[in-house]
Amino acid sequence: MIENALEIRHITKTFGPVVANRDVSMDIRKGEILSVLGENGSGKTTLMNMIAGIYYPDSGQIFVNGKEAAIRSPGDAFALGIGMIHQHFKLVDVFTAAENIVLGLKEGKKFDMKGAVEKIRAICDRYGFDITPDQKVYDMTVSQKQTLEIVKVLYRGADILILDEPTAVLTPQETDRLFQVMREMKADGKSVVIITHKLHEVLAVSDRVAILRKGEYVDTVETKDATELSLTEMMVGKKVTLDIDRPVVKNKKLRLAVEKVSCVNKEGVTVLDDVSFEAFGGEILGIAGISGSGQKELLEAIAGLQLVGEQSSITFMDPENGDEPVPLVGQNPRKIKELGIHLSFVPEDRLGMGLVGSMGMTDNMMLKSYEDGKSFFIERKAPKALAEEIKEDLEVVTPGINTPVRRLSGGNVQKVLVGREIAAAPAVLMTAYAVRGLDINTSYAIYRLLNEQKEKGVAVIYVGEDLDVLVELCDRILVLCGGKVSGIVSGATKEEVGLLMTKVGGKDPAEGGMTE
Amino acid sequence: MNAAAHVKEPFVRMAKRNDLSLKKKIFIRAIAILAALLVDGIFIFLITGLNPFGVYGVMFAGSFGTFMKFKWVLRDLATLLIVGIALAPAFKMRFWNIGAEGQILMGGLASAVCMIYLGNTLPNWLLLLVMLVTSVLCGALWAFIPAVFKAIWNTNETLFTLMMNYVATSIVACCTNFFRGDNAKMALINMGTKAGWFPMILGQRYTINILVVFVLTILMYIYLKYTKHGYEISVVGESENTARYAGIDVKKVMIRTISISGAICGLAGYLILAGKDMSLSTTSAGGNGFTAIIVAWLAKFNTFYMVLISFLLVFLDKGASDIASAFQVNDYMSDIVTGVILFFILGSEFFINYKLIFRKGGAKNA
Repeated sequence: MIENALEIRHITKTFGPVVANRDVSMDIRKGEILSVLGENGSGKTTLMNMIAGIYYPDSGQIFVNGKEAAIRSPGDAFALGIGMIHQHFKLVDVFTAAENIVLGLKEGKKFDMKGAVEKIRAICDRYGFDITPDQKVYDMTVSQKQTLEIVKVLYRGADILILDEPTAVLTPQETDRLFQVMREMKADGKSVVIITHKLHEVLAVSDRVAILRKGEYVDTVETKDATELSLTEMMVGKKVTLDIDRPVVKNKKLRLAVEKVSCVNKEGVTVLDDVSFEAFGGEILGIAGISGSGQKELLEAIAGLQLVGEQSSITFMDPENGDEPVPLVGQNPRKIKELGIHLSFVPEDRLGMGLVGSMGMTDNMMLKSYEDGKSFFIERKAPKALAEEIKEDLEVVTPGINTPVRRLSGGNVQKVLVGREIAAAPAVLMTAYAVRGLDINTSYAIYRLLNEQKEKGVAVIYVGEDLDVLVELCDRILVLCGGKVSGIVSGATKEEVGLLMTKVGGKDPAEGGMTE
Repeated sequence: MNAAAHVKEPFVRMAKRNDLSLKKKIFIRAIAILAALLVDGIFIFLITGLNPFGVYGVMFAGSFGTFMKFKWVLRDLATLLIVGIALAPAFKMRFWNIGAEGQILMGGLASAVCMIYLGNTLPNWLLLLVMLVTSVLCGALWAFIPAVFKAIWNTNETLFTLMMNYVATSIVACCTNFFRGDNAKMALINMGTKAGWFPMILGQRYTINILVVFVLTILMYIYLKYTKHGYEISVVGESENTARYAGIDVKKVMIRTISISGAICGLAGYLILAGKDMSLSTTSAGGNGFTAIIVAWLAKFNTFYMVLISFLLVFLDKGASDIASAFQVNDYMSDIVTGVILFFILGSEFFINYKLIFRKGGAKNA
């Protein structure tokens, strides 16, 4: 007989006019790994947040172990044995692991740090976690911080663990290890819920998959009966094809030569170390690496936003001027534009760098071109037309072109940004995590746009995190590891790229690898 | 925790509202004002035993009782509003210029110095022009200094501009001590020649103040909304990273904008000297530099809303002082009356943006 750890019945939650969940009913069984799958904005996180006590449902009931429960705060959730590991870690950087774990606990009696540390050690031994209780959080890697969050939840005695997109920040090796831990927790009789939109992970780790679409519950299926295609179709609600094109462009031309670029950040840490590569018009050059390996700095250096070391040289071959080499080091974005160089850049931080959140589409269109013309006043006609055009062509969902872009969903924000950068008719197009957080349809729309640019002879640089996509989309892949180029490969498999991400040139065997 | 407690819904929850229609917004605000008057009425009756309606009548008459009173309202409104206008570009850029008080004083000091030393040597129109230019420059300089420090060394502008107020106050105190000679306080400057005073228009010198501020209200609105400078200010205010990405010279924009902010404060000092007080003291700015922060914020940097907010504040202020004198009550009592009204009006914004959901039904929770 199957026992349910948690039952959700007819849950509805709205935020103003937005219905995040509508009449959702589903079960979480004891001792299973359940994937909650859905596109962005399908209400996965909202639903789980209601179980974890972050939000309170507008209507509907939640039953824990068969009893109706009102979960009004994360404290209530813990009391019921429910713990959630959020996408953005909730840790105090200057505290140690143990201090973070006991933070906020009210265990009555005298505070007993020694006892707590012992208990933490026991949990770590049980699952083979590699954290030391007295290590400070700021000294931890991303994967260790995540482990700490898991220990925190286990320490509070959770039987139902919810992980919100836990693999987004992990390397393939770290992901495997996390999955191993999840299986062990399941063997202990705990229920593990993983929120994700990565299909291969769903298939690799879960027993059952619950699918949400646009805030509504679609179905729960046994993983063994599902395929990537069948899950996608349930998720999107229509037939899709899951192939990314990689058209071959003849006549590639050298467009950008980067030589010996080094860069030191504000804290004095070397973030780019002797990076050299070439980018060609008519190809997509992928850049892979664990997040924070220097991707951001590299793109910003090319865009003129980052100071680079003395030896560094970045040369642009100007196609409008007979491929005349133009040095870019020491320029700023305005000077690069004044040189007549069409360099487009879709930065990682969309609303903090690429767009102005409080402005509408029209005003965002002119972010890089508002200076054109001699008038003291601003010219809004052309940007308005462009905004209308992008809204139409890329199917941007917005109440109006003057609605602040901050209010749009992540995918639509990205369409506005990518649309503007492509409209500038670039010779080099750099994108950082162009599809992060986007649903399948929008992601494929972006891949198509990048391929179009490639076929037009643009040199596309694509910084990505999903290795499957990098391998399929890119002609060549440059792998960064700790600010160094650990390899530039073409036709490599995902595993080969993954290995390069953790070591430079085969030396320095990676820690954080497999469990063994 | 026992199981029964778990099934209880929270007593009250907050949720974001959809955009309300204008009618409903006005309705909520009207309710807020009525509620404020009701609370005030109870307060007045219980504490002082006065008839609340009589008190409200006096309060209203404080601004509208006579034509003269209404003109004073306009005069004070102009003074408060121009400082709000001055702060708008700075605040829109997220540069917390709380040094308006000092910038006004420096502008006023420049005017006073011109009036005293050039009063009998220049024709009046030229004197007024010289006063204008020096006041604007002095105000701008007083803002320029913290702006440069912020732009280059990223110093904290809030502390810096605040401190500059005290420096300005001390300089003005020193100068007025010098100017007044043996007199107990500084008299009207050039009382005999009226040099450096605005001409009378429609029977008042401060008519010019009102006209200048009226024009500035429109100009600042246009500057922020329709010019390239205004666009740059918005971008820098939203995110310096975005500004750098767009190729905006953040340092330049910062120094330029704050200098403009200070220049308008200097202009306010000039208007106070030439059209309103014709004298200088350490309190010439009259706290407008701080009150204007509220004006700029509540109006969300829209200069037309600023007119309404400034009016409300001046109206309450006038009403409070008239209540105090008419009923022989303590100043604090009238401050409480106006404070309650302000509190309810500001509080109504919460109900415009959010709604409260109370626990439904009583049976289950009994």
